[in-house]
Amino acid sequence: MSLHPDYQGKYEYKWSHLPNMRISGLEPLEVTPESNFINVGERTNVAGSKKFLRLINEGNFDEALDVARNQVEGGAQIIDINMDDGLIDGKAAMVKFLNLIAAEPDIARVPIMIDSSKWEIIEAGLQCVQGKCIVNSISLKEGEEQFIAQAKKLKQYGAAVIVMAFDEEGQADSYEKRIQMCERSYRILVDVVNFPPQDIIFDPNVFPVATGMDEHRKNALDFFQATRWIRENLPGAHISGGISNVSFSFRGNNTVREAMHSAFLYHGINEGLDMGIVNPTMLEVYDDIPKDLLEHVEDVLLDRRDDATERLLAFAETVSGVAKERKVDLSWRENPLQERITHALVKGITEFIDEDVEEARLSVDLPIKVIEGHLMTGMNVVGDLFGAGKMFLPQVVKSARVMKKAVAHLLPYIEATKEEGSTNGKILLATVKGDVHDIGKNIVGVVLGCNNYEIIDMGVMVPADKILAAAKEHNVDVIGLSGLITPSLDEMVHVAKEMELIGMDIPLLIGGATTSKVHTAVKIDDNYNSGQTVYVLDASRSVTVVGSLLGGKSEEFVEDIKTEYVKVRENYAKKKDFKKFLSLNQARENKFSIDWKEEDIAVPNKIGNQTFLNYDIAELRNYIDWTPFFYTWEMRKKYPDILTDDNFGTEATKLYNDANNMLDKIIAENWLEARAVSGIWPANTVNDDDIEIYTDESRSTVAHTQFGMRQQLQKAKNASNVNVADFIAPKESGHKDYVGGFVVTAGIGIENKLAEFEADHDDYQSILLKAIADRLAEAFAERLHERTRQEFWGYEAEALSSEDLIKEKYRGIRPAPGYPANPDHTEKPGLFSILDATQITGVSLTESMAMLPAASVSGWYFAHPESHYFGVGKIKMDQVESLAERKGMNVAEMTKWLNPNLAD
Amino acid sequence: MADIKEILKERILVLDGAMGTEIQAYGLEEEDFRKGWFEDHDKSLKGNNDLLSMTRPDVIKAIHEAYLEAGSDIIETNTFSGTTIAQADYGLESAAYDINFHGAKVAKEACDKYTALNPDKPRFVAGSMGPTNMTLSISPDVNDPGYRATTFDKLVVAYKEQAKGLIEGGSDILLVETVFDTLNAKAALFAIDEAQAELKTEIPIMVSGTITDASGRTLSGQTAEAFLISVEHSNLLSIGLNCALGANALRPYLQVLKKKAPFFVSAHPNAGLPNEMGEYDETPEIMADQIKTFLDEGLVNIVGGCCGTTPAHIKAMADLVAAKN
Repeated sequence: MSLHPDYQGKYEYKWSHLPNMRISGLEPLEVTPESNFINVGERTNVAGSKKFLRLINEGNFDEALDVARNQVEGGAQIIDINMDDGLIDGKAAMVKFLNLIAAEPDIARVPIMIDSSKWEIIEAGLQCVQGKCIVNSISLKEGEEQFIAQAKKLKQYGAAVIVMAFDEEGQADSYEKRIQMCERSYRILVDVVNFPPQDIIFDPNVFPVATGMDEHRKNALDFFQATRWIRENLPGAHISGGISNVSFSFRGNNTVREAMHSAFLYHGINEGLDMGIVNPTMLEVYDDIPKDLLEHVEDVLLDRRDDATERLLAFAETVSGVAKERKVDLSWRENPLQERITHALVKGITEFIDEDVEEARLSVDLPIKVIEGHLMTGMNVVGDLFGAGKMFLPQVVKSARVMKKAVAHLLPYIEATKEEGSTNGKILLATVKGDVHDIGKNIVGVVLGCNNYEIIDMGVMVPADKILAAAKEHNVDVIGLSGLITPSLDEMVHVAKEMELIGMDIPLLIGGATTSKVHTAVKIDDNYNSGQTVYVLDASRSVTVVGSLLGGKSEEFVEDIKTEYVKVRENYAKKKDFKKFLSLNQARENKFSIDWKEEDIAVPNKIGNQTFLNYDIAELRNYIDWTPFFYTWEMRKKYPDILTDDNFGTEATKLYNDANNMLDKIIAENWLEARAVSGIWPANTVNDDDIEIYTDESRSTVAHTQFGMRQQLQKAKNASNVNVADFIAPKESGHKDYVGGFVVTAGIGIENKLAEFEADHDDYQSILLKAIADRLAEAFAERLHERTRQEFWGYEAEALSSEDLIKEKYRGIRPAPGYPANPDHTEKPGLFSILDATQITGVSLTESMAMLPAASVSGWYFAHPESHYFGVGKIKMDQVESLAERKGMNVAEMTKWLNPNLAD
Repeated sequence: MADIKEILKERILVLDGAMGTEIQAYGLEEEDFRKGWFEDHDKSLKGNNDLLSMTRPDVIKAIHEAYLEAGSDIIETNTFSGTTIAQADYGLESAAYDINFHGAKVAKEACDKYTALNPDKPRFVAGSMGPTNMTLSISPDVNDPGYRATTFDKLVVAYKEQAKGLIEGGSDILLVETVFDTLNAKAALFAIDEAQAELKTEIPIMVSGTITDASGRTLSGQTAEAFLISVEHSNLLSIGLNCALGANALRPYLQVLKKKAPFFVSAHPNAGLPNEMGEYDETPEIMADQIKTFLDEGLVNIVGGCCGTTPAHIKAMADLVAAKN
């Protein structure tokens, strides 16, 4: 590779004290010194593309959008849009096209370059684009005054700008003129207008080479050298150019043109060109250009030989004009029908939907089945992606449009299969006043329309009076209201009240994201007694609901709804009452009372403590509950289904394999040691809430008292206010009862291994190990509980399946201090002390009562058949005071620990 | 007047909370919305809260004072819907200027009173400019995606009138908020530019956008960073996010703004997401807990509340901020 004689090496950006240029579509584009080269799509330009001009002339904006989309999919980072043609209304075309692009998220994600020589078109364009655009272009052509006025306006709109090397005398066609005009423009922009220098892009004019005229020989070279000068001397400014101009003389010979574009870019970029208007499908990879062709092309670009042009022209005739075709990826068209339809809906592609829907129609007996089957399947995928945040609203709107087009194709066939002229009924649909969200409403309209209802769609933000007037005017059978934001709920109530006021009696349907059955039943239904209000969960239910309301059995249906809503209202009222609290004494009176029988109390095989050191991790491995492990990685699906899940399957399987490989090593190389201590002791409940633990069966000396917390929320009838102490026989009952406790850990030695990973900056291994250790600790707790039930306490005869273990289908519970059944963390030290747990297992408690190592579990064992897990929930101050007194702590201290549980 | 820019370099400032929730508590009736100004107006005005700065300034002032008492450094004027466009539903386009002028005036009186009580804690009026009920980037007609219900120029005219009313009524700051369509916000900024040039003022501007769903985009589809880039040509005092999501959900997007914005960063989230009855559940403590993570992380320079927040929420935040400052 040879360069021109003055080449100074690749340009290095020297203005890093200035901010980078940042522009935006739906997504940001920051031009950094490392971005190398930003390519601007040029096909949406009526002056440069005959096809695009024809499409605009014909008003075929759908296909015109496809041109834009193809460019973005083909790699354009910005798209240039130009509507300058004598025969079209450029301003109207620019506005229309930009508004349409705003509804196409796969195009609008990139920034727009508004390209016109007419200021009024530029300004009209700027008023249509939310992102930060680039304006192409302004210049000193009409004098400084106008240049300054336009630059000020651009600053006000917030746009970057391309400045042509052009002045009152004409276009710059030499190196000297280029740098002189650019410098003058720069100084005015920066010094007079205060324009951000990083938002200035110069276009030093790309002119054709190899024209046969001597004055054009240095066209490319002058451009390169002016580029270098500007980037070295005008701080922050960028360089762009219309690259395809350079090969103008070789129209028809795409091989030469592509090579020339690539070579021009290669040298331009080396000199500091960092942006260019190119057709990405008309570029050869620089290294793929045949060496002989490249040499001829570079001779011309760099003006290296007097006969360079003649040599290239002669050589050009020997290379065939077959250019490489680079196409948009259409491989999805090879997929099965349903996948194609889903793909089109998800991606918002209308291009092939008619043919796909036609194929689907021919495969079913009734055309409506395509909507209910193929299209709904696809829309469900869209719904899932949207719910997961993987699609966003504009994309969903696009999907709805594909849906609409598909339905439009099917409608004539659906019409043909139904009776002449009749419809099933008239439905008025509206998004209520104050709300602009209508996707759901539109889908409901489409679905109902397809089911032979006549739809009167009033659009969005419709006030109540207009809804009612239209309902009367069209004599509709049903009104459907939609809304997404919360104030819409009140507006729906308002509409219902108005309907009642004027004596309407037709059904009122309620739907939309914030609406709910509860709100409908409690707030809306109650305000509209002359007709029935029905909450509709989603579009697919709307057909059955409307069918039932207008069909022969409507009375039964309405009766059912009424009964259901009465229940909903009652439950709601109960739930409200539910928030009443009992005093601690009242709650104690409503304790969970067990009918104490000797046969329900299991006498342990072994009283006292036992220690387990270096417990076999290979055994514990089989007790791992993997579902929470995947939750740790934010994969919220159940194991083992997750391993074959469509979304998570691949990643989950990988993770699962990694975890098992690590488990192998943990076991083989003794990374971790598992230790535990557990005990079972004679115990009885005293003073309703506390469990006394005795040193031996004589029950004369209290070794420890475990203090329990009691639910205080007022319960429904027949429900109790529970405390774990309720599961142990009260002293006064005369029954001799028992309680157990345990501390397990699987985290001994973990610190060394974590330190190793952290030294390697291997976060993945480090997190994986912690997650596995946590699982092992839980598995150990499960296994020890099993052995306690079967061996040490010995009341459980046969082993349960691991699934039943996970579902906790056994008798007895092992609640942990600090967790819902007894949220008091200060109960931990007592448990640790009677087990001598820190000494034996090495698990210690921090000042906030967290266990160290973290992969540890502690808890109490309760064995009574009626013992069960529950949450204490909110409590009142009287219980805090009582606990403080019982435990000998001061109230402030106790309040601090129980604050999260304290009601109001 | 103290220079808010200088103060923000020193400490975090607290905005106020919801206005609508507080007004609701007064149980006002149709006549309250008409009193002395619109007695004979031919449309129902109940619910047009912005009118209350004119018809019941005592109520609005009391709400402002409740927030000032709770510790707000900046209070928002009761002018969220004070444009000719948003007032068109009520046939009150002609009241737009007065709504803003009186909205700013009553807020200023409340602020002046509290500034006088403690000159070390100067209070500021932020003139609230809502998004209107029109969208410049989204068609309201699904069958005609190229259609627009209004134009940039019309929004500029409406916003300019609002900005003038707010400035002349005594606003110290203008706050373009709840931006769900960035192009609307750009029209507001364009209008503010023109209004300030005509009135020869240069009061600071805050912009606050709204992320509406799990994808982390505005309603018009922009990412938080794209939103920032689209408005950063204006010399803003702050950029931030409000409404739509609760504090926790806003955090990742605030991190983007903090990292990328050459301005101060603000946040005034809702009290969580609305429950099935459309009510906001997060208590002052819960919200303050989340705001605390913002403060600990150094994410924000201005905090406050949006839908569902009350003086108690603001007090909890102000206490936190005071401890932090």
